[in-house]
Amino acid sequence: MDFKTFVFYFLGAILVFAALRVITARNPVHAALYLVLAFFTAGGVWLLLHAEFLAIVLVMVYVGAVMVLFLFVVMMLDINVERLRQGFWSYLPVGALIGILLVVEMTIVLGGRYFGLEVMPEPPAMAEGYSNTRALGMVLYTEYVYPFELASLVLLVAMIVAVTLTLRKRKGTKYINPDDQVAVKREGRVELVKMPAEKE
Amino acid sequence: MEAMLEPVAQFFGPTWPLVWTLVKIVAIIAPLMICVAYLTLAERKVIGYMQVRIGPNRVGPLGLLQPIADGMKLLFKEIIVPSGASKGLFILGPILAIAPSLVAWAVVPFDEGLVLANVNAGLLFLLAVTSMEVYGVIVAGWASNSKYPFLGSMRAAAQMVSYEVSMGFALICVLLISASLNLTDIVLSQGSGRFHDMGLSFLSWNWLPLLPMFVVFVISGIAETNRAPFDVVEGEAEVVAGHMVEYSGMSFALFFLAEYANMILVSILTSVLFLGGWLSPVGFLPDGFHWLALKTAAILFIFLWARATFPRFRYDHIMRLGWKVFIPVTLVWVIVVAVWMMSPLSIWR
Repeated sequence: MDFKTFVFYFLGAILVFAALRVITARNPVHAALYLVLAFFTAGGVWLLLHAEFLAIVLVMVYVGAVMVLFLFVVMMLDINVERLRQGFWSYLPVGALIGILLVVEMTIVLGGRYFGLEVMPEPPAMAEGYSNTRALGMVLYTEYVYPFELASLVLLVAMIVAVTLTLRKRKGTKYINPDDQVAVKREGRVELVKMPAEKE
Repeated sequence: MEAMLEPVAQFFGPTWPLVWTLVKIVAIIAPLMICVAYLTLAERKVIGYMQVRIGPNRVGPLGLLQPIADGMKLLFKEIIVPSGASKGLFILGPILAIAPSLVAWAVVPFDEGLVLANVNAGLLFLLAVTSMEVYGVIVAGWASNSKYPFLGSMRAAAQMVSYEVSMGFALICVLLISASLNLTDIVLSQGSGRFHDMGLSFLSWNWLPLLPMFVVFVISGIAETNRAPFDVVEGEAEVVAGHMVEYSGMSFALFFLAEYANMILVSILTSVLFLGGWLSPVGFLPDGFHWLALKTAAILFIFLWARATFPRFRYDHIMRLGWKVFIPVTLVWVIVVAVWMMSPLSIWR
């Protein structure tokens, strides 16, 4: 077993363990942190496949931004674990059925026929000056430019929708405009009154 | 050098690359920790003189042994874990805080070829690693199971995520004009141009054509490291010390080390990305590491200067500056730079 295979199995073991803990951890914050660990190790596995851009972006977007906001929400919720676990046994048959179906589907797809070592050999080592980012950019902006722009439009729409759904103007708030504050001059605030000294 | 190391390499055999990398890591981390220690002293001295005081001057000549005394004190103090705390995460918090601020140094180039890992996507790596810094604060705040740390960590999460965006856009401008994500290439690309040929290299560095981005980057850097005037995370009048309230001894010291290591990291990044790294500012002087050190020290001085000068921002003003000022400005500037590069007026060809 060479070093790379060792790294793969090492990361793979952590990934599977973390993913299992995401669904078995009792505390939702612990579960979210295990999900962070899972994303991070998945990034490591992608690095092994020479997908450096995707690996780093996975860490940057999911670990650095999405999960931070997720944790933010999970921490503030007061989740009652006992109530969540109620009815575990009555839901188990349905859940188990779906789970088994998923496992069967995945074994059919991943079981050697299409994703085996013969069909998908290990990616060859890249040349010295190869830049994954440049290669991806080249493909994205030439061959797949229309799907790419379409996807960005969909994202834009989603963004606008999210803003309009949550934007509420509260009436009666006293908002201070920082521009006005900065533009304040002495004359606007202080009045100097000249007054002769008075005798008692 | 290589010939000298040959017998040592043979002694370690196949583990030699690992050992050699470890030696390099120590060669970066050890001076960094000394810099961190003396940055705390420099901060107290600089702020002291700005407030017409002398600053620490009791321990050692001119107070120069003060950081060592502070370190010893923190090292020998007891680490108290609150009974209501989530124990594992409580210990993990400080570790998560300091680890990314040390990992990021792997791709920082100190001189041409003098870098631990000369990776292609260095800038992306930096963005990814620095985006993980926030976890230490969040985990610490939550694991303490106490009100003030929790409020502090909430503030930290919102603030660091907001300013990361504008920082990222500023970096996009830099990588647009240098056409590379590799930090060494970014520095080298700054060493050419009309002013460079005239012997005035400092005018051909990125700070001049990208002046607004340079300003945004420095300010966002101050906000990212939670330094004054953006230090609402640990604003003592409101949330005592934020996420650090329940920490004592070395676990507190780790947060402290992380904060100062991050300050040095942001400063050295500003020097590398905008101020030409190790390049000499004028044509007749040779390039070298000392220039990078000087530039980093100058940016660090701005950090301390800002802390001594500005009052703390109100929290909603911090959010407004991040989302309503910096992000639109940087977004527009990315497009301006892209158009500028494609226009006949481009200075980067």
